[in-house]
Amino acid sequence: MNGLIGKKIGMTQIFDATGNVIPVTIVEAGPCLVTQVKTVAKDGYQSAQLGFGSQRRNITNKPLTGHFKKAGIEPVKIIKEFNFAKESVPSLGQEIKVDIFTLGEKVNISGTTKGKGFAGVVKRHGFGGVGDKTHGQSDRERAPGSIGASSYPSRVIKGMRMAGHAGNARETVQGLKIVKIDAENNLLFIAGSVPGPNNGILEIRKAK
Amino acid sequence: MNKVDALNQSQKRTDHPDFRPGDTVAVHVKIKEGAKERIQIFEGVVISRKGSQMSESFTVRKISNGVGVERIFPVNSPSIDHISISTRGSVRRAKLYYLRALKGKAARIKEKDTRHKIAK
Repeated sequence: MNGLIGKKIGMTQIFDATGNVIPVTIVEAGPCLVTQVKTVAKDGYQSAQLGFGSQRRNITNKPLTGHFKKAGIEPVKIIKEFNFAKESVPSLGQEIKVDIFTLGEKVNISGTTKGKGFAGVVKRHGFGGVGDKTHGQSDRERAPGSIGASSYPSRVIKGMRMAGHAGNARETVQGLKIVKIDAENNLLFIAGSVPGPNNGILEIRKAK
Repeated sequence: MNKVDALNQSQKRTDHPDFRPGDTVAVHVKIKEGAKERIQIFEGVVISRKGSQMSESFTVRKISNGVGVERIFPVNSPSIDHISISTRGSVRRAKLYYLRALKGKAARIKEKDTRHKIAK
């Protein structure tokens, strides 16, 4: 399998063999159940649909109940698709665990970032504001500056970075290193930070 | 207790003595030189202890060849072999940064009266 669905538990720090501090994010990765196997012959492409987390039967709708019944599993909360290698085709209802990852491997992690609401350009696009904080400067500290030229073109060009809604969007962080694996508790220790709040759902994919 | 706290508990070191700012301590640091490992002692006054859980650290200050030297150690670092307390200081602050501006006699710290404490 190429990846797993996981849940962000939180951040802390651990020490490596030489005594250096590594900031880590703890991710509960899997176990995931295979809910559907898509094939080139039938679906036009190849992928495995994985389910994560349990869901009460009485809040699972009828189409999904049938879908899970076909895979022979209890209802799951989150469903996402992942690639797999041709040599190891997963079977329906198969349990995929954190042991698909190896220590030191690089992964790409996708998640939904924390919503920031309507944010200015400093927070949203990392602008530096205009001018000094002091020397008589009054309200320009977080200003966007010029947004274009004057009579030509007499308009603001498309895609100009301005204030607006920030966060609460899908984001992928690439090349994160796995520094520790706790297979017993399905935990991955990832160096660095990952998108989203604690308890947020993440997709963990092997980096190519 | 959440999972992060539980993990932190299991990783924390419990073998250190209870030391505070003002105490003079000898930190025995493991130093790796190629394949060999030896122990270096850094002795000085603890001038601050900050942070909590796994990220807690402390600063030790000493005067080496007339120059003030400070070293910051993570409390839970595996490179600390052990910490031994030389003297207990009596201070009225949690952060002794004022010592940086003082030297000689003025930079001394009064020893804590521990006579009433029952020796373990």
